[in-house]
Amino acid sequence: MSERTFRVWRGNQDGGEFVDYSVEVQPGMVVLDCIHEIQKEHASDLSCRWNCKAGKCGSCSMEINGKPGLSCMTRMNTFEEGETVTLQPMKAFPVIKDLACDVSWNYKQNERIRPFAPRERDPDGEHRMMQEDVDRVQEFRKCIECFLCQDTCHILRDRETEQNFAGPRFMARLASLDMHPLDTDDRIQEVKDESGSGLCNITRCCTEACPEHIGITDNAIIPLKERVVDRFYDPLMWLMRKLRPGKKETVKN
Amino acid sequence: MIDLNEIQTIEHDVLVVGAGGAGLRAAIETSNLGLNTGVITKSLLGKAHTVMAEGGMAAALGNVDGRDNWKVHFRDTMRGGKFLNVWEMAAIHAQDAPERVRELEDWGAVFDRTRTGLINQRNFGGHRYPRLAHVGDRTGLELIRTLQDHGIHQGMDVHMECIAIDLLMDGGKISGMLAYWRETGRFVVFKAPAVIFATGGAGKAWRVTSNSWEYTGDGYGMAARAGAELMDMEFTQFHPTGMVWPPSVRGILVTEGVRGEGGILTNSDGVRFMFDNIPDRFAPETADSKEEAQRWLDGDREARRPPELLTRDVVARAIMREVKGGRGSEHGGAYLDISHRDSDFVKRKLPSMYHQFKELAEVDITAQPMEVGPTLHYYMGGIRVDGVTQMTCVPGLFAAGECSAGLHGANRLGGNSLSDLIVFGARAGRGAKEYLDNLSGSPNVQQEQVHEHMRGVTDFLNREDGENPYVVVDDLQKIMELNVGIVREGKELEEGIEALQELKKRVANVKAHPTSQYNPGWNTCIDLRNMITSAEATALCALQREESRGAHTRLDFEGEREEGLTYNGVVRLNSEGNLEVRKEMRKDAPEDLHKIAHSTLEELEGSRV
Repeated sequence: MSERTFRVWRGNQDGGEFVDYSVEVQPGMVVLDCIHEIQKEHASDLSCRWNCKAGKCGSCSMEINGKPGLSCMTRMNTFEEGETVTLQPMKAFPVIKDLACDVSWNYKQNERIRPFAPRERDPDGEHRMMQEDVDRVQEFRKCIECFLCQDTCHILRDRETEQNFAGPRFMARLASLDMHPLDTDDRIQEVKDESGSGLCNITRCCTEACPEHIGITDNAIIPLKERVVDRFYDPLMWLMRKLRPGKKETVKN
Repeated sequence: MIDLNEIQTIEHDVLVVGAGGAGLRAAIETSNLGLNTGVITKSLLGKAHTVMAEGGMAAALGNVDGRDNWKVHFRDTMRGGKFLNVWEMAAIHAQDAPERVRELEDWGAVFDRTRTGLINQRNFGGHRYPRLAHVGDRTGLELIRTLQDHGIHQGMDVHMECIAIDLLMDGGKISGMLAYWRETGRFVVFKAPAVIFATGGAGKAWRVTSNSWEYTGDGYGMAARAGAELMDMEFTQFHPTGMVWPPSVRGILVTEGVRGEGGILTNSDGVRFMFDNIPDRFAPETADSKEEAQRWLDGDREARRPPELLTRDVVARAIMREVKGGRGSEHGGAYLDISHRDSDFVKRKLPSMYHQFKELAEVDITAQPMEVGPTLHYYMGGIRVDGVTQMTCVPGLFAAGECSAGLHGANRLGGNSLSDLIVFGARAGRGAKEYLDNLSGSPNVQQEQVHEHMRGVTDFLNREDGENPYVVVDDLQKIMELNVGIVREGKELEEGIEALQELKKRVANVKAHPTSQYNPGWNTCIDLRNMITSAEATALCALQREESRGAHTRLDFEGEREEGLTYNGVVRLNSEGNLEVRKEMRKDAPEDLHKIAHSTLEELEGSRV
């Protein structure tokens, strides 16, 4: 058991300041436990989102000593002895109050993605897909929508380019639809124009921030970029399509 | 007082309260039926407790073992529920589940596959055959994301971080709901002639629980205040395997999938104690030697299931017995070991368990045993509904999922919860449509009622003096753990009920920091009212049931009694504002269902009944 100082940002859209709190840390505690202690002992109105407290819902995202992370999965024994722990809301989104910020922009991005469009079921009423064909899609579907990748993405942090790029989370979602064996929609135009795949310059910050260890850059964004290039910028592919106009763009490989 | 016209008002045909699996499935149904649908959720969309469900959803698809069919699933559910389930609900559930699961694939869900490309199914406690459609150990997340991404294109309005306060009534019928926005603390009136509750359980009334902050029995409290009945509240499921160490993670769920994939339970002497805890009812279908259990794991269809896969009530009590007998693990649980299986297999089949233990407990489950113990996980009981329409006795009020009662009886089988959500979520949606089609006139929102409900919650902010709500929650949890725990006794229950009466007075006097914007303290004050109603209803039903059945264990009344099968415990608020418990006599079982439930497996496998 030991005393630990927390510097927590308190305020709302009108401004705020850091406030220091002292917490008795027990073995095994995570940052979120300490926030609950602060609420119980010092500041019952301290705002913070959380739900599952097991890294499965992605609610408790924040910046811990300047690094985006889940407070429920950040153990207190990962800090140096005597190190002050600074907590701030995610910087890429407007603050609501204290550690809670307005992430509604992400929900609007998601709505812009056209819904899943499955092929017909087989005559016996079943869909058939092989495990090896869905492994990659399942990787993307592990996403818990903590939006830490969105928070860390410098394209989204830059207010000027923000509106043109859907962000890593939704590139991964588009990839999961594009690679879904049952989906019949052709999404490559959407990936290029609506979601701005060209804006990502592969710094891999999103992949590093992902608590689910999803290969966002290598497995989702780069393959999508390649498909955009094949479609729109490869003269050979363009010629092939002209020569074989009967083959629809929508046919999946 | 503010004029009603000055309070934000939103109109819907149907308001769904809760955006977990049941709420979203209900909202999809009502949207598709052409109803203007609103959904309110305490949290952000996609964060509901459903994401914590790990193992899978039960449906007799028969993809892995062709002998499975709805009748066997129905029989398993009744036996697991110790025959206290509502017969029709258990039958509807088993019949509807396969199509509700297949439909999820049309909406984008990607389940694990069999070798022939169909939805794969895994073994689980109490299920005769591999029956749980799953995605590794994150099936709940797959369900919620599928419903979310499909649902937002069906025309429903999702109101996030909007918290229900109380139902509004007009002449005994539902007319809407008073709620508030977390972000601003402002009130909002939803004008809606039908309300579907999908509010989950009340696990937060216990200290050791797998439930999140949202699980405060909001549906139970609001329904009771509106005149609806609560049923079977004594049946609170303690999941046998929650984490026990370190203290800050105590209670977090360890999926039953670990045992489904071959995990074994041992005590501090290294004894596989479940072999000594096989109830007579299940003895003919359970392996009686390690050797037979191993053969079952290797796929021998003639071998019987390992005793680790007995129903949750049995396993939870067995672990308690080992701990109390001084044979517990280092930190007061039992050892759960899957390290005998191939390391890659464990990581592939149980990835989030691997990470959870690695990151929160510094335990590598591919090489070391886990320490596990019972954790309050699920309310089998809840709001009493009609088994077909899901309507309560309050016209216009519906309930689906964990917040409703009936499907699971005295004990729920793992995997029957996710299928419950989609089956009865859809049914509640249809029930609401039918109700609205036959409703004459439109119920009105009464200004005085809105004001009364508003005063009830603003008092917490305006008070000069009062108690810290977090301290009251702690005390409530202590009472429930001590007096209404996993093993109960009449005297302790009586003392618990008395202590809850005292606590009620304190709940009425809690105080929040006087800011209404995103104030968790104020929210805790509001939640407390519902938590204490849920806790008291649980204690009253537990005291009334003088036997041990399913998840309800009485030290002073061991074993099942014949009388216990004749009634369900029902609680309602009387005219003085006090909770009253009674025995509601059960209807005779429909003859065909009775016959199926008591058939032998051989009779059902070929569907000869």
